[in-house]
Amino acid sequence: MKKIVVLAKQVPDTANITGNAMKEDGTVNRAALPAIFNPEDLNALEMALTIKDKIGGEVIVITMGPPKAAEILKHSLYMGADHVMLITDRKFAAADTLATSFVLAETIRQFGEVDLVLAGRQAIDGDTAQVGPQVADKIGFNQITYVSALKEFDDNYLIVERDGEVQTEVIKTGYPALLTITSQVNTPRYPNCRRMLQYFRADVKDNFSNSELSTAVANGWVIPTYSLDDLKLDEERCGLKGSPTKVHKIKSIMLKGGDLKIYGTGQTDIKQLVRDIMKVYVEVH
Amino acid sequence: MKAIVFIEKNPVTGKLRNVSIELTHKAYTLSNPFKGEVVGVFAGDALPGNTDELFRFGMSRLLYFIDARLKHLHSIAFKHTFVEMIRSEEPDIVLFGATHTGRDIAPLIASSLKTGLTADCTQLYIEDYKNKGKILYQVRPAFGGNILATIITPDHRPMMASVREGVMLLPEERLNHPVKMEPFTIDFNESWVKSEFLSVIPKVKKVDFGSANIIISGGAGVGSAENFRLIRDLANALKGEVGASRAAVDFGFAEKDHQIGQTGSVVRPMLYIACGISGQIQHRAGMEESQKIIAINKDPEAPIFNIAHMGIVGDLNEIIPVMLRYLKEEG
Ligand SMILES: Cc1cc2nc3c(=O)[nH]c(=O)nc-3n(C[C@H](O)[C@H](O)[C@H](O)COP(=O)(O)OP(=O)(O)OC[C@H]3O[C@@H](n4cnc5c(N)ncnc54)[C@H](O)[C@@H]3O)c2cc1C
Ligand SMILES: Cc1cc2nc3c(=O)[nH]c(=O)nc-3n(C[C@H](O)[C@H](O)[C@H](O)COP(=O)(O)OP(=O)(O)OC[C@H]3O[C@@H](n4cnc5c(N)ncnc54)[C@H](O)[C@@H]3O)c2cc1C
Repeated sequence: MKKIVVLAKQVPDTANITGNAMKEDGTVNRAALPAIFNPEDLNALEMALTIKDKIGGEVIVITMGPPKAAEILKHSLYMGADHVMLITDRKFAAADTLATSFVLAETIRQFGEVDLVLAGRQAIDGDTAQVGPQVADKIGFNQITYVSALKEFDDNYLIVERDGEVQTEVIKTGYPALLTITSQVNTPRYPNCRRMLQYFRADVKDNFSNSELSTAVANGWVIPTYSLDDLKLDEERCGLKGSPTKVHKIKSIMLKGGDLKIYGTGQTDIKQLVRDIMKVYVEVH
Repeated sequence: MKAIVFIEKNPVTGKLRNVSIELTHKAYTLSNPFKGEVVGVFAGDALPGNTDELFRFGMSRLLYFIDARLKHLHSIAFKHTFVEMIRSEEPDIVLFGATHTGRDIAPLIASSLKTGLTADCTQLYIEDYKNKGKILYQVRPAFGGNILATIITPDHRPMMASVREGVMLLPEERLNHPVKMEPFTIDFNESWVKSEFLSVIPKVKKVDFGSANIIISGGAGVGSAENFRLIRDLANALKGEVGASRAAVDFGFAEKDHQIGQTGSVVRPMLYIACGISGQIQHRAGMEESQKIIAINKDPEAPIFNIAHMGIVGDLNEIIPVMLRYLKEEG
């Protein structure tokens, strides 16, 4: 029986950027973009469920974000998570990775004896890959990053493969541990139909009317939310205040126009191109 | 401005990783105008074979800690070692290579020191900030490469940043700093070793972009794994290296090692020939600093033409064979 925490982030779909993605103050205008489950966090959740399916346990998905981030928690319930937690408070806004990891680590600490924490390697918006390790540091767990395969596990240990860039490392660790997961590890399962029927009404408390609330609670539809006060956190270490890094300036990337010389597709044109290439070739060889 | 550079050894070759040399030089250009020094920090089972190189690129001193237990990436042990080294030096700046090792350890160190860490910077410079004196400005792409953010750490020290390999350029000239090696002692605590490394399999490196002056890359437009032969033939004829877009890798035309871009390698060859590559921002992030860019694409509106110096609008299946024929003639 293992208690497994999955850290998940809702992210703007940066592969399909449109409109005004950034606000004046350099924060993300999430409203302008479709929001998705950070891809590698789905792999982390899949790994947690795989472990639970075999050796038993409990999977808890935690996200820090705006109320809208409850969407990925609902999806987590569909996939098979036992519990979900939405950590949300205006005072958490504009957190850098130090402040984000502080809040996540405190949440994990307060909810007791965790055996395994799984995070995505990297979120596709902030792109830092720093939150996983910084949580590991704060909760004092062993850490293995860039996990590319789960080889073997039981109640006492895990054996994983790590993508060490120039080498592949096969590593054994006991519990507790924090792993950051890459997309090579597995293919996330589809939502389960029965669970979709069970949880399709799942939402945060504020979105239920007073008359609906008791039914919602009885059916487990209420996604629990936690604020700074609920977690009794030091405000100085959260959000903008707790963030040593500040976004000073944001610039969207413009195409820079080169002085382009276009060649035709006729034989002589291609011959000319090859001659021009040979000039560089002669220079370098 | 005192700068610390995290020095990393390639465990397969036993030599310095290029990024360690690149960052030594960068740290030197950042700190030298302010009479600062560059201090390297290294921990491992043995020093890199070519450690002296660092002193030709601006390093003043190297602190090192050698212990057989540091043969493998025991993250916690490395963290404690570097935290102690950094505390003893009190630097303004600490730079890491954004390698799989640097990105494993740097966040742990920043968390322990409760300071800021800016990831994957492409530009670093020093300027005044309000009444706080000179600080490090850290420019980095984020949001899948769609924006460039300038990040600062105004109130905390050290200011920490990571930089990917190949991003910072090396100068032609060499410096002649005396080699100064300083062993560092720490009380190694056995409890820092929490993982057991059962085996380590070196990846066979099939691609060497670092020394390639010419790179020929293929994208989704190449059409099939079989057709990718055209790209390899062109690379052979020009004694160049083969690159690929992520789409080409995803389709199985080329192996992941060949990928160029935000999630692949960053390259800046003398000549980059992009064949059937549209030139999305994430691909450009890895190649737009190339000296000369040639694009072969059948779509005249493809964004690659916005950064190309030479281009042909047409079908690569017709163009490349003709090029190969003339290349043979030119010989
Ligand atoms: C343009 C821009 C640039 C930035 N640059 C930096 C920078 O250089 N340094 C810095 O410290 N901060 C930076 N930030 C802030 C950073 O994006 C946020 O702190 C963000 O909350 C977490 O970082 P990330 O998105 O990089 O996550 P990553 O560290 O890449 O995420 C890794 C994993 O951690 C978990 N995780 C991350 N966030 C959450 C969450 N909110 N809830 C639950 N799990 C989570 C997920 O499992 C995720 O897969 C930047 C922000 C912007 C807008
Ligand atoms: C977070 C993130 C990270 C990413 N990282 C990378 C990365 O590191 N590297 C990378 O490359 N991409 C990366 N991508 C993907 C990137 O956004 C693009 O999807 C990818 O670069 C497209 O590859 P392509 O140009 O080969 O394919 P396409 O965009 O499909 O373009 C194919 C091109 O081939 C042309 N063409 C087709 N047939 C022919 C023909 N017969 N002759 C000539 N031309 C032809 C077409 O006109 C078109 O321009 C990333 C995306 C995200 C979201």
